[in-house]
Amino acid sequence: MRIRAQIGMVLNLDKCIGCHTCSVTCKNVWTSRDGVEYAWFNNVETKPGTGYPTDWENQKRWKGGWERTKAGKLQPKQGSKWRILSNIFANPSMPEIDDYYEPFDFDYDHLKSAPEMEAFPTARPRSKITGERIEKIEKGPNWEEILGGEFSKRSEDYNFEGIQKEIYGEYENTFMMYLPRLCEHCLNPACASSCPSGAIYKREEDGIVLIDQEKCRGWRMCVSGCPYKKIYYNWESGKSEKCTLCYPRIESGNPTVCSETCVGRIRYLGVMLYDADKIEDAANMENEQDLYDAQLGVFLDPRDPVVIETARADGIPEDWIKAAQESPIWKMAMEWKVAFPLHPEYRTLPMVWYIPPLSPIQNAAEAGAIGTDGGMPDVKNLRIPVKYLANMLTAGDEEPVVHALERMLAMRSYMRTKTIEGVIDEAIAARVGLSGRVIEDMYKIMALADYEDRFVIPTTHREQVEEAYDLRGGCGFTDTNGCGGGSTKGSLFGGSKRPLKMPTEAM
Amino acid sequence: MFANFDIDFIIFGIMPYAALTILVVGSIARYDRDQFTWKSSSSQLLRRKQLIWGSILFHVGIITVFFGHLVGLFTPVWVLDAIGVPYWVKQWMAVLIGGPAGIAALIGATMLLHRRLGDSRIRMTSSWADIIIMVLIWWQLVIGLLTITQTLQHMDGAEMVRFMTWSQSIVSWNLNAWAMVVDVHWLYKLHIFLGLIITALFPFTRLVHMVSGFAAPFRYLLRPGYQLVRSRRQKPLPKRAAPKATPAE
Repeated sequence: MRIRAQIGMVLNLDKCIGCHTCSVTCKNVWTSRDGVEYAWFNNVETKPGTGYPTDWENQKRWKGGWERTKAGKLQPKQGSKWRILSNIFANPSMPEIDDYYEPFDFDYDHLKSAPEMEAFPTARPRSKITGERIEKIEKGPNWEEILGGEFSKRSEDYNFEGIQKEIYGEYENTFMMYLPRLCEHCLNPACASSCPSGAIYKREEDGIVLIDQEKCRGWRMCVSGCPYKKIYYNWESGKSEKCTLCYPRIESGNPTVCSETCVGRIRYLGVMLYDADKIEDAANMENEQDLYDAQLGVFLDPRDPVVIETARADGIPEDWIKAAQESPIWKMAMEWKVAFPLHPEYRTLPMVWYIPPLSPIQNAAEAGAIGTDGGMPDVKNLRIPVKYLANMLTAGDEEPVVHALERMLAMRSYMRTKTIEGVIDEAIAARVGLSGRVIEDMYKIMALADYEDRFVIPTTHREQVEEAYDLRGGCGFTDTNGCGGGSTKGSLFGGSKRPLKMPTEAM
Repeated sequence: MFANFDIDFIIFGIMPYAALTILVVGSIARYDRDQFTWKSSSSQLLRRKQLIWGSILFHVGIITVFFGHLVGLFTPVWVLDAIGVPYWVKQWMAVLIGGPAGIAALIGATMLLHRRLGDSRIRMTSSWADIIIMVLIWWQLVIGLLTITQTLQHMDGAEMVRFMTWSQSIVSWNLNAWAMVVDVHWLYKLHIFLGLIITALFPFTRLVHMVSGFAAPFRYLLRPGYQLVRSRRQKPLPKRAAPKATPAE
């Protein structure tokens, strides 16, 4: 057993309203620069849909994640190290920028500088890459927002696998949900494994996966290697970039920007202790549907005395162990089993987990055609097909998803009975294998979601592992070479290029 | 020794040292001072078209040619004699391997150059250095292939041995080396001159990614396993006893 700590995240999709505040605040902080205009470290997709970049879940096409070979060996889906190296001149599985979208801006200046004309002046789009006119915007960062576009296109969604999807194209049966996505900070990251330069690494102390910008050489194997397509190639700097889990904030005990600003309060951050020695076996389960359970087996109970003792010996600070004991992630993933990894079949052991959304029951139930069991409808009658959620969260295994949805319905039912009728009905809790006390804890954390309950983040302890005296007067967080504050002055070696000019033209 | 300051002396006697010095010192300085700029500058994200074939043809071709020159020019002549390779055989090998590789590289370079200049996405995001180095390499490939027409007129390998001796004299500090190549055909001279220019430009262009490219297989294949974990810990943790029992999940 080799214990490490990881900051994990849970997103309660039941409460996501799809407002994109997370995406916008993230963009303002991290990707409001040349070369990454098209990149959204955090984006919110409407499902069913093909997502961003389009069709990202289709690993037959992009070769992201891992696969178990016939011989039972775990290797990147892109191929062995030799195979990856042989693609270094041209990566056949890499998306083009048009698979995301061509970044654009509008000629806003024309609105005020246009001469007197018969027609009202308009702000027409321009490419942020070339500065040239775009006659028609073909795609954007959220092109399928709220079921935009025709069903035949949207239904190419990979999660429809094994579902008779045609009926969901009918107005009466349509359904949707939001899926906010960011880097999963996987326990078995496929991006890091694909990097020939060794620039991508996982931090020992908090599990955050980062790209060393100095060491990245732009071989771009990580872009295709990441099955979530959460590595973005910066076309201006020639380096790959990714979500940093706002590590400067996490280190000081603050939640990430996306979590902090989430108006629905759907995001949770907390510590998980895990056994690093178990990762490889857990990622290499023969049956894809065993991967979710195997990942649960990697996590360690922070209240187990043996775990605590070993964690101390492995250098995990005391307040991290305490934080792990209070972790909302542990409660939702391990105790209540309501949170699930996104696409465990990619075998990366992702660490951003999702609580599946409840949805309105079908019309038939309202008409009384379907019996409700003690005020609780059968989850099979929910508008979002359980199979769809299972394809997304448990490699198609419906049982754990049903179990979670039932618990969430039970929580509602229990609390409704308690607050409206003033009756504490332990039977509701017992039916889903919980007690009233646990349900009330679930209610506090999942429904009320106070700041302190959502974010249990210990500060980092650099002073324990580094010579703090040497850090005195050093750079803080920097964006460029050396102690730069983000502005790149040109150098002999081509540090920066001429700024992109956005010409405006009169009509 | 320095009595004759003609152009040949400057190009074939002095320039190699100047170019190699700039190459070495410039590359070290860039790696040390500004490693953030050390990259392949791939434009595949912006336009896939013409890159897959262009890049593969170009790179496979030029790497073959590069190592052909390296091995061909810097293998001491006495080694050839010792292992019993006649000069004409080596000359034929150079033409038969280098020729097709050079043609492949030229086709690839033409595709890449056409893409770089013709595709507005690539054109607008290219630096001057990107374009200049691409054009220089394209010409270098053309001239290099044209020298084969001269080579075919003396397949005994004598001319080749002359260039071998010259290159090896340069690296062994023989300052009279330049005199050996004074009376070769101007195509060869132009090829060498352009090669030295490209050598000198190396640290200031995207060519530096060659070093990383040659290092990448070693780095990647020798890396134990796939994953990398970095720790801030400067001292390893003290050894601990194995846990008494495997805890329940």
